[in-house]
Amino acid sequence: MTRRVVITGIGVRAPGGKGVKEFWSTLSGGRTATRRITFFDPSPYRSQVAAEADFDPVVEGLTAAEADRMDRATQFAVVCADEAVQDSGLDLTALDPYRVGVSLGSAVAAATSLEREYLNLSGGGRNWEVDPAGLSPYMFDYMVPSVMPAEVAWAVGAEGPVAMVSNGCTSGLDSVGHAVQLIREGSADTMVAGASDTPITPIVVACFDAIKATTPRNDAPEEASRPFDGSRNGFVLAEGAAMFVLEEYDSAKRRGAPIYAEVTGYATRSNAFHMTGLKPDGREMAEAIRVALNESRADPTAVDYINAHGSGTKQNDRHETAAFKRSLGPHAYATPVSSIKSMVGHSLGAIGSLEIAASVLAIQHDVVPPTANLHISDPECDLDYVPITAREHRVDTVLTVGSGFGGFQSAMVLRDPEEAA
Amino acid sequence: MSTSEEERAMGGGIPSAVRQTVRDAAREDGPAETARSGSSPVYVTGIGVAAPNGLGLERYWEAVLAGRSGIVPISRFDTSRYPARLAGQIEDFDASTHLPSRLLPQTDVSTRLALSAADWAIADAGVDASSATDYDMGVVTANGCGGFDFTHREFKKLWSEGPQAVSVYESFAWFYAVNTGQISIRNGMRGPSSALVAEQAGGLDALGHARRTVGRGTPLMVTGGVDSAFDPWGWVSHLSSGRISHATDPERAYLPFDREARGQVPGEGGAILLVEDPAAARARGARRVYGELAGYASTFDAAPGRVRGRAAHPARPRRGRAAGLRRAARLALTEAGLEPQDVDVVFADAAGVRDLDRVEAAAIRDLFGVHGVPVTAPKALTGRLGAGGGPLDVATALLSIRDGVIPASGATADVPAEYGIDVVTGAPREIRVRHALVLARGRWGFNSAVVVRAATT
Repeated sequence: MTRRVVITGIGVRAPGGKGVKEFWSTLSGGRTATRRITFFDPSPYRSQVAAEADFDPVVEGLTAAEADRMDRATQFAVVCADEAVQDSGLDLTALDPYRVGVSLGSAVAAATSLEREYLNLSGGGRNWEVDPAGLSPYMFDYMVPSVMPAEVAWAVGAEGPVAMVSNGCTSGLDSVGHAVQLIREGSADTMVAGASDTPITPIVVACFDAIKATTPRNDAPEEASRPFDGSRNGFVLAEGAAMFVLEEYDSAKRRGAPIYAEVTGYATRSNAFHMTGLKPDGREMAEAIRVALNESRADPTAVDYINAHGSGTKQNDRHETAAFKRSLGPHAYATPVSSIKSMVGHSLGAIGSLEIAASVLAIQHDVVPPTANLHISDPECDLDYVPITAREHRVDTVLTVGSGFGGFQSAMVLRDPEEAA
Repeated sequence: MSTSEEERAMGGGIPSAVRQTVRDAAREDGPAETARSGSSPVYVTGIGVAAPNGLGLERYWEAVLAGRSGIVPISRFDTSRYPARLAGQIEDFDASTHLPSRLLPQTDVSTRLALSAADWAIADAGVDASSATDYDMGVVTANGCGGFDFTHREFKKLWSEGPQAVSVYESFAWFYAVNTGQISIRNGMRGPSSALVAEQAGGLDALGHARRTVGRGTPLMVTGGVDSAFDPWGWVSHLSSGRISHATDPERAYLPFDREARGQVPGEGGAILLVEDPAAARARGARRVYGELAGYASTFDAAPGRVRGRAAHPARPRRGRAAGLRRAARLALTEAGLEPQDVDVVFADAAGVRDLDRVEAAAIRDLFGVHGVPVTAPKALTGRLGAGGGPLDVATALLSIRDGVIPASGATADVPAEYGIDVVTGAPREIRVRHALVLARGRWGFNSAVVVRAATT
């Protein structure tokens, strides 16, 4: 019999507030956390807006040594992992550490530290041959960031399978999907899984400027992220992290754990088309959705809410609208669809896990978070995108999807534990 | 007959004290689990190799058997200001002869090597990628640092010329999923795909994940790992690991398990393998089967000083330093349905750092007994390839099975007696190989193990 996997703990650091409660308050209140970039002077850049999180590693309880060696993205991941474990009520000392694993997603990992160290070593970018005199003892950790899941594993005492999944912007869905597979197949009983990215640093901003993927709407930062809106013109870069405790259903039940949701289906497909481009037909994402629903033994009509990738680029919004219609048929028109990126921006690899958290909270509260800043309809995006205001709506089954550079298209189905049982 | 073979044949050569430590070790590792779901063996039907001592599978294998090293003074930039100057460098790779010109401006050297190795693996397997059904082929690769040389150039442009100078390709030439994405696109592979970020152990994790994906119903996966970071910034980043050999003699810079081991030499390259569901391989009339990926497992070593909060409980087991690696090996063997005495050779991680060599030797000795199995480290001839290292070792192990010969461990010659392991040194050892265990250890505590065996066709 297939082992079932449930989410029993959540930790979140996102723009707009600290922790799960404030995250949900931002989303359900339809508040946007995008602003003019404050981490550095953004004036030389095409896109000058981002969703920054207020995060102080010392206030968050990291030691000075931890704050010093860990990249910002690692700090987010460790803090969220601690919070998720607390939230789950799991007594880690009662578990066999070999049966506990970690799966961490991140798209650009230690980008912030890489850039800082690069500037130190290269005379502010002047020299090609870098100066070893300024070398940080942690430079290797930033170049090869598998130290990130290692730090999480140390934090929670995991000694089972520990992995870092880096599939660009689907990393946060795929890292959790990876964890689900490991529990199902019996390689672990408990996984601490999720994703973290803190990409608001000049090189990453410049990367997306170069291909005009981010929005140049600099005059109104709070309204800059506009998925599905007719006037949208690119995504808003963001940072954040979400980590979960995932457990095998029976043992979670036995210990009387709070069960947020069951992950009933997950699939990923690739478009094999272009590193950054999408075909408008949404074919591969539709296939991922079909397989994830099939694995959930759920009919398309069972989907109560679609948490969209909704990045706010024209090609994405049309691509996934087509994918929903292709996979759900007429039910796509009857299902609320929304993008939390309208409020917390696009934190690359992390956002998939933040969207899982939003999906779980939608189930818990029977509320669908809105798509903020959606005022002007686009004839090619003709579904119900829940504009501006959250909606009370019974949510037992959520479909959450992601789409990323490299062609990755991923889909996950989450169900209310009572319905799933 | 070698000492180890005699001991094994007699069954009584192992001192009782060692037997006792083996029993203690088994207790420390915990019970082996029952076979996992989706863990049926998969075939390896194609191999592409890009190694410092040989481009292409057969040229690499020739070099390995002849003991030819690819470790040379770095030629890509002036190394005079750095304390270490040797690396396993691929010198005869001209990307423009292997790849279409449109791919060159958008790819780092690591991605060019990965794309070429994937092409070679697919050709080796005789697979016509264009004929496969839609979602029947996927890609899972591992790498440690993405397109590092490429991104170094873009960092420099940003900070010396301004944001407008940054390449339109930077966003995807840098990131860790680049090799998976580019291989998928080049070969029309739309099945489940993924990328793992990993140091030395993670290449085996990619193979493990490919095997899992085949078990879950995708008939064919392209998998493996390739790494390269030999630009000046990449080089000092290697140096910051604190493990790099400062030796100046290329022959003796990386001497794993040797009394004179003095650190590691980084290399570039790796291997890409084609793995297939056995039934699917038979159905398409696969021209060869190198062997099976029969078992895989990974573990992680907790760092006592770094375990935090609730997990930092005094009652937590305090294990010996070899426990995690030993357990990974034991789980992989269990999954393959094998006992330690079935293993004909161990391809070791072979850190080349005395303290780490000692721990790995202990793990091998605990599992197999003193001199209980031949141990080899052909990576002494290539340097350590990061995420490319494990897949290259698996490729080498499959060739050992094919040709009945275990390659030697570079210039390693003087193995301390207290290690108690039978390292293959000097010349290759001709011996029938049915089952090989490949070990890999990544920085920060990652342990992975893969078991390959001759195919039961």
